[in-house]
Amino acid sequence: MSIDDIKNVAEILLEYLPNTLKLFAWTLVLSVPVGVIVTFLKRCKFKPISWLTNLYILIMRGTPLMLQIIAVYYAVPMLLAGAKRSGTENWFYTLLGKINTRDESYMFIALVVAFVLNYAAYFAEIFRGGIESIPVGQYEAASMLGMKKRQVFFRIILPQVVKRVIPATSNEVIVLVKDTSLANVIAFAEITLKSKQMMNTYSSIIPLFIAGLFYFVMNAVVTVAFAFIEKKFNYYK
Amino acid sequence: MAILEVKNLSKTFGDLKVLKDISFDVNQGEVVAIIGPSGSGKSTLLRCITMLERADGGEINVCGMNMMKTEKDKAVFAPKKILRQIRLKIGLVFQNFNLFPHMSVMQNVIEAPTHVLKQTKKEARANAEKLLLKMGLQEKAKSYPCELSGGQQQRVSIARALALSPEILFFDEPTSALDPELTGEILKVIKELAKEKMTMVIVTHEMAFAREVANHVIFMDGGYIVEEGHPEELFGNSKNERTKQFLQRYNS
Repeated sequence: MSIDDIKNVAEILLEYLPNTLKLFAWTLVLSVPVGVIVTFLKRCKFKPISWLTNLYILIMRGTPLMLQIIAVYYAVPMLLAGAKRSGTENWFYTLLGKINTRDESYMFIALVVAFVLNYAAYFAEIFRGGIESIPVGQYEAASMLGMKKRQVFFRIILPQVVKRVIPATSNEVIVLVKDTSLANVIAFAEITLKSKQMMNTYSSIIPLFIAGLFYFVMNAVVTVAFAFIEKKFNYYK
Repeated sequence: MAILEVKNLSKTFGDLKVLKDISFDVNQGEVVAIIGPSGSGKSTLLRCITMLERADGGEINVCGMNMMKTEKDKAVFAPKKILRQIRLKIGLVFQNFNLFPHMSVMQNVIEAPTHVLKQTKKEARANAEKLLLKMGLQEKAKSYPCELSGGQQQRVSIARALALSPEILFFDEPTSALDPELTGEILKVIKELAKEKMTMVIVTHEMAFAREVANHVIFMDGGYIVEEGHPEELFGNSKNERTKQFLQRYNS
C-alpha cells in the first residue's frame, strides 16, 4: 500500500468513526442509569424481583454480547416469520412489518438495545459491589444524627460509592470502546466493518492496523479522562 | 429528673440471651460508666437504647417519652414520629468514630444541623466553630478525616454529636481504637463535658477514668447487671466476688 492509499483508508475510517462513537456514547449514557436501576432491583426486598434481576444478570454476563446483538437484531424478522406461519394478524405485527431491517436507524436502535442490556448488567454488579463496600458504621452514624433514609443514601453513601466504583467503571468503558466493533456482525457501518472491506479492496492487512490505531487513541482519551476523574476524588481516602 | 429510664430490658440474638432484665436510670447531669468483660452485653445495651438494635422486652423512656414497652410479651415501639423526636435527644460516639470521609471536619459537624434540624448554614457554622474550639480543633475545620489522628477524629465525632444539642450522650468504648496518649485527649474532653453537667453514659475499659469521672458505675457480666453503685464503693469496696475478680486485673 502506498502512502496515498493509507491516507485514503484513514479518511474513510474517519468518515465512519462517528458511527462508532455514537454507539459508544449512547450505550454509556443509557447503560449507567439502567445499571443503577438494575442495582436497586437486585437489592429489592421483594424476593421474586431480586431473583428475576439475578437471572437477567446471569444471562447477560453469561452469554456472548455478539450473540445478544444478533438475537436483538433478528427479533423483529423472527417475530414476523412466526406470525406469517401461524397466520396471525394484528396491529403489532402490522407495525413490525413496516420496519426495514436494513435501515440504518433500525440497526442502530437494535445495537443500542443489545449493548445497553449487556452493559447495564455489568455496571449493576459494579455499583452493587460499591454500595456493599460502604461500612455499616456509616449508615449507623448517619441514622444516629437523625438523617432520613433518602438523605443517608444521597448525602452519605452515594458520594462514597461513586469514588469507589471509578476504577472498575473505567475498565468497563475501555472494554466498551473495543466492543463497539462487534456491531460489524450485523453489517452496521462502523470502522471495523469498513476496515475489513478495505482489507479486501487493497488485499492488505494495513487497514486493520489503522482501525486498531483508532481504537487505541480512543482508549488513550478514555484512560486520561478517568485518571483525571480519579484525581478529582483524591481529596479524601 | 430521669433523662433515661431502662426497665427490665432484654435482648436475644437467635438463641443467645445477650441482655437479661436490665434496669437503671440516668438523671440529668449524671455520668454513668458501664464496665464489664467483653461479651457482657455492654455495647448491645447501648445499641438498644440508641435504637441501632431493637430490644425485644422491657421498657425504655427518654426525656419522659416512651420509646418502647412490652405488651403481652411483645415489644411495642412508639410511633415513628416519637422515635424521631427521641432520636434527636440522644447522641452516640462510636468506638471507631464513623466520620463521613468525603466531608471536611466542618461539613461533618454541620451536616445534621443543616439537613435534619434545618438550621441555616451560617447558624450551624457558628455553632460548629464554637464546638471545634472547645475540642481544640479550630484549625482543623477544613481538614478531611483521613488527615487527622485517631484522637482528633474522635473529638470531631464528639463535636458532631454535640452539634444536635442532645440531652444525653452515649459513648461506646470511645478510646478502644486509640493509643494511651490519644486516649488521654479524649478522656480530658469527656471530663470537660462532665464539668458542664452533660448527661453521659460511657461504656469503657478505662477503669481509672470511670472511677474518676462517673457518678455511678454499672458492672455487667453475662447480660446481667451484677453490681452498681458509687464508683468509690464499687471500685474500692466491692462485696461481690465477680466484681472483685474482674477489677483485680486492673488494680494490680
